[in-house]
Amino acid sequence: MNVRVYVVPKQGILDPQGAAVERSLPNLGFEGVSGVRIGKIIDLTVDGAGSEEAARAQVDEMCRKLLSNPIIEDYTFEITEG
Amino acid sequence: MTAASPLRVGVVVFPGINTDGDTHHALETFPGVTAEYLWHKDTDLKGVDGIVIPGGFSYGDYLRCGAIARFSPIMQSITDFAADGGLVMGICNGFQILIEAGLLPGGLIRNTGLKFVCRYVNLRVETAATPFTSQCAEGDVLRIVVKHNEGNYTVDPATFEKLKADDQIVVRYVNAAGERAEGANPNGALDDIAGVCNETRNVFGMMPHPENSVEAELAGGADGRRFFGSMIDALRGAEVTA
Repeated sequence: MNVRVYVVPKQGILDPQGAAVERSLPNLGFEGVSGVRIGKIIDLTVDGAGSEEAARAQVDEMCRKLLSNPIIEDYTFEITEG
Repeated sequence: MTAASPLRVGVVVFPGINTDGDTHHALETFPGVTAEYLWHKDTDLKGVDGIVIPGGFSYGDYLRCGAIARFSPIMQSITDFAADGGLVMGICNGFQILIEAGLLPGGLIRNTGLKFVCRYVNLRVETAATPFTSQCAEGDVLRIVVKHNEGNYTVDPATFEKLKADDQIVVRYVNAAGERAEGANPNGALDDIAGVCNETRNVFGMMPHPENSVEAELAGGADGRRFFGSMIDALRGAEVTA
């Protein structure tokens, strides 16, 4: 199964990169842009989990233990058959 | 134990750490202290009395600073050592590793200015009631360098209130007069926080580098000695006062 994990800074946590991009956009003529947050996408393949439910549980644990830092980041993920 | 009784302090070495040598040297400028390198793949702490995790770029800062180092074999031993009350100090990347390992609260994110900062800062000691600051008085201002890209301390509001209530904010960035001021904070850290300790006060992390200020004739100041000196006093059994 193919998995795509999205990790973004938690709401309420300052995102210095997002803030810098947001400040730059008006210079290019893009007015009215707000809420820019910069995160990362992590793609991975999970084999041998058995069911999608088991894969989901595995990926959730990966996200909590390594792929994100739950104190400063939020994560979501989607699973597609690969 | 007597004042110069032999003491062994571990300096943890991860791939990508680059101030292990400086930290080793800094510790050995104290009479009676031997520094021991502890390799990340080992689980044996070699019977050291205390541990310092130095700064650098462990595992290339991949994923998040300190995120990979946290899973190395030595970190499990250090977690047990800390749980038993052992003294652990993390400097810069060492602070990031202690946070990722869950031994200290909060998170360290990208500097607000998006630039690597390398300069002297003034630190105000906010509590002398830790084994790492007992040689200071509350309000003392120390001049030490920072050099980092992800030193912007942040924490959720509930934990922040708890840090204040439990006196866990150990050092803050201030100006030379010891006041919190615009421009004194090099990285945008919440509430100008430069270093925190855990609830039981035996684990301490800070972004600035005390190991680069231990010899006044070389570094133009020796304020870093106070952190190591306090730790060494505590390891020798001196009472932590205040």
